[in-house]
Amino acid sequence: MYEFEFVKPTTLADAIAALGAEEAQALGGGQTLIPTMKQRLAAPAVLVSLTGIEEMKGVSIGDGIITIGGATPHAVVAEAVAGAYPALAALAGNIGDPAVRNRGTIGGSLANNDPSACYPAAALASGATVVTSNREIAADDYFQGMFTTALEDGEIVTAVRFPVPEVASYRKFEQPASRFALVGVFVAKYPEGVRVAVTGASEEGVFRWTEAEAALSVEFSPDALEGLNVSPEGMIGDLHGTAEYRAHLVKVMTKRAVAACIG
Amino acid sequence: MPKDHGIGASPKRREDLRFLTGSGRYTDDINLRGQAYVHFLRSDMAHGKINGINTRMAEEMPGVIRIFTGADFEGIGGLPCGWQVTDKHGQPMQEPGHPVLAQGKVRHVGDPIAAVVAESREQARDAAEAIEVDIEELPAVIDMKAALEDGAALVHDDLTSNLCYDWGFVEENKAAVEEAFQKAAHVTTLELVNNRLIANPMEPRVAVGDYDRADDESTLYTTSQNPHVIRLLMGAFVLGIPEHKLRVVAPDVGGGFGTKIFHYAEEAFCTFAAKQINRPVKWTASRSEAFISDAHGRDHVTKIQLALDADNNFTALRTDTYANMGAYLSTFAPSVPTWLHGTLMAGNYKTPLVYVNVKAVFTNTVPVDAYRGAGRPEATFQLERVIDKAALELGVDPIALRRQNFITEFPYATPVAVEYDTGDYHATMDKLEEIADLKGFAARRAESETRGRLRGLGINCYIEACGIAPSNLVGQLGARAGLYESATVRVNATGGLVVMTGSHSHGQGHETSFPQVIAEMIGIDESMVEIVHGDTSKVPMGMGTYGSRSLAVGGSAMVRATEKIIKKAKKIAAHLMEASEADIELKDGQFSVAGTDKSVAWGDVTLAAYVPHNYPLDEIEPGLEETAFYDPANFTYPSGAYACEVEVDPATGKVTIERFSAADDFGNIINPMIVTGQVHGGIGQGIGQALLEGAVYDENGQLLSASYMDYAMPRASDVPFYTVDHSCQTPCTHNPLGVKGCGEAGAIGSPPAVVNAVVDALRSAGKDITHIDMPLSPARVWAAMNG
Repeated sequence: MYEFEFVKPTTLADAIAALGAEEAQALGGGQTLIPTMKQRLAAPAVLVSLTGIEEMKGVSIGDGIITIGGATPHAVVAEAVAGAYPALAALAGNIGDPAVRNRGTIGGSLANNDPSACYPAAALASGATVVTSNREIAADDYFQGMFTTALEDGEIVTAVRFPVPEVASYRKFEQPASRFALVGVFVAKYPEGVRVAVTGASEEGVFRWTEAEAALSVEFSPDALEGLNVSPEGMIGDLHGTAEYRAHLVKVMTKRAVAACIG
Repeated sequence: MPKDHGIGASPKRREDLRFLTGSGRYTDDINLRGQAYVHFLRSDMAHGKINGINTRMAEEMPGVIRIFTGADFEGIGGLPCGWQVTDKHGQPMQEPGHPVLAQGKVRHVGDPIAAVVAESREQARDAAEAIEVDIEELPAVIDMKAALEDGAALVHDDLTSNLCYDWGFVEENKAAVEEAFQKAAHVTTLELVNNRLIANPMEPRVAVGDYDRADDESTLYTTSQNPHVIRLLMGAFVLGIPEHKLRVVAPDVGGGFGTKIFHYAEEAFCTFAAKQINRPVKWTASRSEAFISDAHGRDHVTKIQLALDADNNFTALRTDTYANMGAYLSTFAPSVPTWLHGTLMAGNYKTPLVYVNVKAVFTNTVPVDAYRGAGRPEATFQLERVIDKAALELGVDPIALRRQNFITEFPYATPVAVEYDTGDYHATMDKLEEIADLKGFAARRAESETRGRLRGLGINCYIEACGIAPSNLVGQLGARAGLYESATVRVNATGGLVVMTGSHSHGQGHETSFPQVIAEMIGIDESMVEIVHGDTSKVPMGMGTYGSRSLAVGGSAMVRATEKIIKKAKKIAAHLMEASEADIELKDGQFSVAGTDKSVAWGDVTLAAYVPHNYPLDEIEPGLEETAFYDPANFTYPSGAYACEVEVDPATGKVTIERFSAADDFGNIINPMIVTGQVHGGIGQGIGQALLEGAVYDENGQLLSASYMDYAMPRASDVPFYTVDHSCQTPCTHNPLGVKGCGEAGAIGSPPAVVNAVVDALRSAGKDITHIDMPLSPARVWAAMNG
């Protein structure tokens, strides 16, 4: 790790101001950034911790909408939304290990947009709204490819709003070493239709499987997916699985998520 | 009633109090006054010519004390190799130099180029980044078969090729083996890979070098399984320091698994640099560094063929193996694919003719050496896989095929140079069939199928050669060391004992099990016995811990020393009771005169030895302290039978282990609980190899699996609750305890059971699959099913 300055503001305004400094970098739970810095692959001059900002922490539930503060750790989400949005709670409760879940935050995960992270699938499948320090961004506009989002420099994810679906399920097929998603599929059924978001599989990061959405919106059952296939083109191929394998798993995990929904 | 005391009891491990409460003292806990820190600049290139190293800028960086490069080690010895293998033409292996810091070339990613010694770790690392290295990249040699082709780049320019040796065993059998294959009714052929593993002990390697100018004495604190071996190798071959001026201490060590046997460059560097700068020098590996600097394990590519007659008797076996040595010869590396592998190819079977060919190959990868089992897992895996394949091809029951070919008479001289003293392979197989409930498998398979899962059953046997090793024999085989063990037993005046043993303990529980033996012999409480190990200044020359040797060899040395103690104590007791020495009996800590009610306590005798007012001074010396060196007459041969049941998810290829049963014969057992724990750990590592672990290099020699993000270690949720039994006991005939060793068995015996089970599961779904290479990752299993 190189030397850096560390600030821990207690208000959003102070955090925004601090991020204006040269080579400043926002720090959520640090579950990606800190290991990267320890490897000397990142060298911010100033780290601006967001975990001291009370207004960015906690979960509120009301009127069919769950709002999660950007600095809320996964373990808190897992507990807080267990009744209101069980699929989201299960997802949060199965990220990493207990240490990761008690440090890592939803805002940090969405800002990083790791192509194998779990939260992007939930946000995209739920049609969530990413609330930032200066605007609101629909999930469909927010995710823009591997490690790329609509966020601008210095923009902070302050909260994420999830419309609660009628039913939903997340099925993660774990990469054996990291236990990130080799393929993770989040299926959420809303009155307006079904949304299916896939993480871990594509070189473009999280994406919606629109053919499956259309088929499931007509008939919400695993059988509705029978005739569909995912093209391996553009899928990730690595040590842990070829593009063909990942494409295959997308369908398997989608069917399993739907099956879990109709249980 | 199970015993609560002595041999056969299972007292809780006394060392766990400190291990589990954070009170252990590991090498990284050692911090010396004035200590400096070293950071190694390591090659990020697999193969390259060093044109220049410019340290001028780096030397100006804050906190830098001194920067070392290969030039500082010219004229100083390289890291020695402890074994020499003679090839099939009678020629010695090709043995390249192994510099402490790279000289002229870098030969693998992680090869140390320069060492920065600074006031702090971070300063050393900062300065290392300022070193300018001019390296001209050369083609990397990664694939072993390609490495042996004409025109392949040479890992070592001063060798004639990348072939370390071409070994034939037993060369005299070769023609007879060929003939047996000509006459065979059936030949089964299997090609397979024994995957490269990275040991990943919980504690990364650490070295602290210290130098006392007043006494001209060097001390190395290091994470080692065998401090005396390090003292000998580093003192005599690298730095030229005689033993009386060099102390090596291996305090608590957080797991070894073989990878902490070897003498490493970082140890020699810290010892050397401490003297150069006259300050202690400390190095602590990061986990990332461990991946590219700890010796790796396994990495064999093998073709094995089994010949059978018309009655399904094994008539001959032949194997062709390519064994990866990596870029340099690590301490024990040449012995692993040869003497620890070829000698086991008979397995549990009376195959009369065996021929093993091994080509050891240099590549631009991290050196490969012993890892839990070392050679014996590779032998067992290929043998037990080819037998399963033969059973498939012949349509016979794999257990029946094994039983038909079991060795049943002992001692048994194999065609591969070793003689098994005892064993009962039918007994362990009978026990396995019982504890694994093989009769219930069909019902369990049917139940799995109702859930859409494919269930498979895999069984296998194993034999290993432990208690390494008879010095006469290994001397003939090319070892440059005798593999005896030592013990000094010191009795204190008030009756307590301290045992100084050359057997290092880094998780094996010696501090608990060794006192049980002495408690049994004397009839005193175990709490009266203390074990000291890991410090060359306290313990007589010993060879350390590996090859499941501690109890069989180190324990035997301790028994011999204790026997001397008892003999002398009886003389003293005879004097105190005015009786004949021949009439003295020792039981429950009391010396008595046979046929009388006269007795004296153990403590009375020990006190008399140190306060010899009433003592036969003209016959025996005062004091009660004895040393013994024990050199075994033969290896020991633990054996067993293992069964694994898996479920495969046919949609994803994911394998889960549902049941795992192990019936082992370890001979006599001192502490059954510790033995069970050793078997559990071994099976966990075997399952890790079979399902999860694999070190993967790309064609440029970059290690792709260089962190836990990509190298899958087994976790608790990857393994089932094991059913372990070690009630089958055929005691070793040639050591005083009748013990065989248990540390490696689980890792040796479990991988074939897992693979056999997965193949069985897939075949139950009509897939014509006979083999899948490890690790059986979901992607590989799915690809095999859909290939």
